[in-house]
Amino acid sequence: MSAASQAALPRWVDIGLMPIVNLIQALLVAGLVVLIIGVNPIDAMRIMAWGAVYDSVAISYTLYYATDFVFTGLAVAVAFHAGLFNIGGEGQAYVAGLGATLAILLLDAYLPGILLIPLGLMAAMVFGAGWAFIPAYLQAYRGSHIVITTIMFNFIAASLMVYIGSDLLRPPGDMLPSSREFGDAAHLPHVHELAALLGLKMPSTPLNLSILWAAACCVFVWIFIWRTRWGYAIRAVGLSPKAAVYAGISPQRVILIAMCLSGALAAGVALNQIIGYHHRLLLDFVAGAGFTGIAVALMGRNHPIGIVLSAVLFGALYQGGAELAFEIPTITRDMIVAMQGLVILFSGALAYMNRPWIARVYAMFNRRAILAEAT
Amino acid sequence: MKTLMQAAFAAGAFCLAASAALAEPAVVYDAGGKFDKSFNEAAYNGIEKFKKETGSNYLEFEVQADAQREQAFRKMAQRGADPIIGIGFSQESAIKKVAPEFPDIRFVIIDSVVDLPNVQSIVFKEQEGSYLVGVLAALASKTGKVGFVGGMDIPLISRFQCGYSQGAKAANPNVDVLANMTGTTPAAWNDPTRGAELAKGQFDRGVDVVFAAAGGTGTGVYQAAKDAGKLAIGVDSNQNHLQPGTMLTSMLKRVDVAVYETAKAAKESTWKPGVTVLGLAEGGVDWALDEHNKTLITDDMKAKVEAAKADIISGKVKVHDYMSDNSCPI
Amino acid sequence: MPAQPVGNAESPSAATRPAAIELRGIDKSFGAVHANKNVSLTIAKSSIHGIIGENGAGKSTLMSILYGFYTADAGEILINGKPVKIHGSHDAIAAGIGMVHQHFMLVEPFTVLENVMLGAEDGVLLRGGAGKARAELERLARDYGLNVDPDAHISDLPVGEQQRVEILKALFRHCDILILDEPTGVLTPQETDQLFQILRALNARGVTIVLITHKLREILAITDTVSVMRQGEMVATLPTKQATREHLAELMVGRKVRLELDKTKATPGEVRLSVRNLTVVDAKGVKRVDDVGFDLRAGEILGIAGVSGNGQSELLEALSGIRPLSSGGITLCDLEVSPDAPYGPAVVREYGLAHVPEDRLRLGVVTAFPAWESVVLGYHDDEEYNGRILMDRDAMTNACGKLMERFDVRPRDPELRCGNFSGGNQQKLILAREIARQPKVLVVGQPTRGVDIGAIEFIHRQLLALRDAGCAILLVSVELDEVMSLSDRILVMFQGRIVGEVDGDEADERTLGLMMANAHAQADEAA
Repeated sequence: MSAASQAALPRWVDIGLMPIVNLIQALLVAGLVVLIIGVNPIDAMRIMAWGAVYDSVAISYTLYYATDFVFTGLAVAVAFHAGLFNIGGEGQAYVAGLGATLAILLLDAYLPGILLIPLGLMAAMVFGAGWAFIPAYLQAYRGSHIVITTIMFNFIAASLMVYIGSDLLRPPGDMLPSSREFGDAAHLPHVHELAALLGLKMPSTPLNLSILWAAACCVFVWIFIWRTRWGYAIRAVGLSPKAAVYAGISPQRVILIAMCLSGALAAGVALNQIIGYHHRLLLDFVAGAGFTGIAVALMGRNHPIGIVLSAVLFGALYQGGAELAFEIPTITRDMIVAMQGLVILFSGALAYMNRPWIARVYAMFNRRAILAEAT
Repeated sequence: MKTLMQAAFAAGAFCLAASAALAEPAVVYDAGGKFDKSFNEAAYNGIEKFKKETGSNYLEFEVQADAQREQAFRKMAQRGADPIIGIGFSQESAIKKVAPEFPDIRFVIIDSVVDLPNVQSIVFKEQEGSYLVGVLAALASKTGKVGFVGGMDIPLISRFQCGYSQGAKAANPNVDVLANMTGTTPAAWNDPTRGAELAKGQFDRGVDVVFAAAGGTGTGVYQAAKDAGKLAIGVDSNQNHLQPGTMLTSMLKRVDVAVYETAKAAKESTWKPGVTVLGLAEGGVDWALDEHNKTLITDDMKAKVEAAKADIISGKVKVHDYMSDNSCPI
Repeated sequence: MPAQPVGNAESPSAATRPAAIELRGIDKSFGAVHANKNVSLTIAKSSIHGIIGENGAGKSTLMSILYGFYTADAGEILINGKPVKIHGSHDAIAAGIGMVHQHFMLVEPFTVLENVMLGAEDGVLLRGGAGKARAELERLARDYGLNVDPDAHISDLPVGEQQRVEILKALFRHCDILILDEPTGVLTPQETDQLFQILRALNARGVTIVLITHKLREILAITDTVSVMRQGEMVATLPTKQATREHLAELMVGRKVRLELDKTKATPGEVRLSVRNLTVVDAKGVKRVDDVGFDLRAGEILGIAGVSGNGQSELLEALSGIRPLSSGGITLCDLEVSPDAPYGPAVVREYGLAHVPEDRLRLGVVTAFPAWESVVLGYHDDEEYNGRILMDRDAMTNACGKLMERFDVRPRDPELRCGNFSGGNQQKLILAREIARQPKVLVVGQPTRGVDIGAIEFIHRQLLALRDAGCAILLVSVELDEVMSLSDRILVMFQGRIVGEVDGDEADERTLGLMMANAHAQADEAA
């Protein structure tokens, strides 16, 4: 334990400067990879960056991906505040998709969208929370480590969904495991559709009203974690389980609450993908968002504002990556996955790698500033 | 500051400028990737052939996530690519969505049917090609047991299996057909390790000829056959060269021809929308004979398989299509 | 206890040979905290030098710089007259410096021998090195009276012996300067005496010893010279012979301190807490509290004395609802607690029991919380702090500010993270929180462990005032002085049992120590 890594740094260094340094490092290494295959890395970076923002289509796609990452990032963050590392966002979102699908398949012939969509979302949240509840219960009352169980539950979810998708819900003659297409009432409006109502012309993109739900979730998580007694209990357990017990807080209950909330937040992915875009249950619709959420939460320092920022960054990486594959065919999609992986590696797994030297440099400047003030 | 921003914007706009009206074809590959040594690669070979012959360039994209499909087609359309060829049935819903937005652009889907006025759907009678390699497998087998390794467990692959079984039974009514599917997710298209395991399992049960209709998973099957001294049958592309000497033949699904033909037709303005079914008669499916497997195919075998082919083309033999009723008579 | 320093009583100013350690102008900051301000210090060879100061005065930082854990922002270090650069503990070891930390740095599942060799294995294969190390350990044991079984596992050793292993580790690396950081915090009086004997033996053989402590008695008992630190500065260095408790205390705190308490006679009232045949068995099946019974009345302080680890902690935890009872019962005011009736910290709190826990950092506060959040810990569900859905931030911050004012918590900043307060101020914050509700019963564990003199005085007065206000107080402490000066009655605990009761007025260290010793003898006889 070096003292430098423990030293207090001002918040802007911890939550602003460090993620940026991490990102720059990741891009440098990615640039090196690009250089090796003979593409000008500056061109590649420019295409990637512009590809994420250059017009309303690109921005819409960036936000569409970011919406998923906000949900999964929040899910990871809430569990993390309770001291739990929820690796199972992927599986929870996946099973949540099943909940949304079942509710809508049952009811889409009878109900209007205004009732159907909230019901679908609620079913998704219940299923997502339920899928998180089992590992939470095992952790709270049986001591099974939640990291292990949530990872396992991702696999179980994947197998379960393949079974349900291919053997129970698949319409006859369809190739891929999936459900039938939802009725029109169950389609969450797209942003471009709403814009059209307002007389604005926007290109058709998958960006849908889930983004509003994501924003609501951010506000909710912020209030819940930092402004309510339940959030207080969650943070107490996460930061100091013994102190929480001393205070009369039941860690078991907190684990259950935090994980169920985590699963319910991850269910937002089902809203965005299933109700918002695909309009039917598809195999692997979560597409790794659950795992990206871990990096998003780490980079966003488990705070809703940070999570929104890092989710948009990762959304931009996904959208920009697709552009890059369009523009420079020699950069294959596997390389783009590798580049995204580098960003996750540097900003997630190695998030605190730079802290010691940043602390030293900061201390150096800080002393100078203090001396300058003194004289 | 402002000029700097403008310069940066110009630079960004430059490299992303939608160069309109290319009139070049575009190919959107499926999740397997264009170098899967099988289905997607066949499409790649077709469009490369077109490029070589006409000198015309083309655009391409490999799909990574489902959400990208629609984006890819729309992007190609905005670039003015024509025709836009979607490889694989997974592209169906994306083409359904995008094609109506660009009525002047011609779309092609392979392996599925989209009923729109500017879409050409190309499907293959895989059962016919599979029938032929089934005949060969039964003739080549000394144990009377032939194997089938499918990729993902979907009706399309059952169509391969069903045709194969019919062919094998036709050549030798006593033949046993052992079949396994690699998996139920798209990962099953690219799992050579599992493919090798399944093949070995079949060999242990006496199989000595195995047909893999499993995309990239097939390479594991072929390797296992070579290691065990058994015979394997390739799929989609001519895969005889992968393990020369133990590849009995390949069931050709001429995706390359289909891609080449549709691109060429579009260029020559003979392109038509609607459903195109390619069977033995159209040369869309076939069996492969080349220098890598000619020692394995005796004159007798060749005569019998050519006879079967002629019978199918003439309509004398009718091969049952699994997907017509989701069941197989055998 | 001899107040006369033994060993080398040479004046530290003897200029004839170079000082063992000379620090010049050491300066160190952590962010905004200026931990060491231009500190200079000379420690004579072969002396026992004490460094005293309150928690947070900068003693530990200074020694950590000397041992290479931190790098000073400015200043230089001379060892035996030669300037050295110390960038890590390996440099310090090379310069002949050994350090015994407050929290031991031992690998618990390893044996003594393995721990001593760790980092000094002398070759890839352990065998040869182990033989040599064993011989060396035997020599050290002979020379210094440092007897430890080389093959015992650390986890099986009592704390005092673990500390000896730390000293052995340093000696094994041929140190001639030994720094001990608060070495007696975890020791019983007997173990402290043994430690001092060892230190004197080392000193007699020429080892320079630096003793960091906040306990005046220890400084007076063993050191030749004493340096006093206050708020990052070195305020005085003087020969111990010229120092008195009062003078040192004044130097440490920066003002006059009253060390004696004025305690009036208690007037016990009704029984508030009654414990009958209480037995607590831990997760491993070991009986930690064994058939304990006592009554605690309003308006009295009942002290529980005993060597650390004899069931006091488990008793505290059982009383405060953290640990379940195995058998027996507790009556807390109107609440009957039995093994079958589940209860918990929240329930006992509701019935008027407040708890100042032993383990301040892990139980008492959430170190990462700002003060205002920790100040509601345990009371966070109270109406006072809650709106319908949201917690009332202003109410909490205000309450925190008031408590800080009343209990003189410094700095008076409700937004400061609890971990950044000194131990004494953390303790005041906890005490403030627990006392503020005028509890009927207060159970207190180690109220002044790691707390500076000024705060000790304050806390003791608060406890007495609370008693006089009619609260029933159960005090558990391993500091005999504290138990004796505060308690109206004293129970002695040994191996989970109560082995004796003494009236507070009649108790003295010898009586109590003897009772513990007798308890030892009895237990041995019984076994």
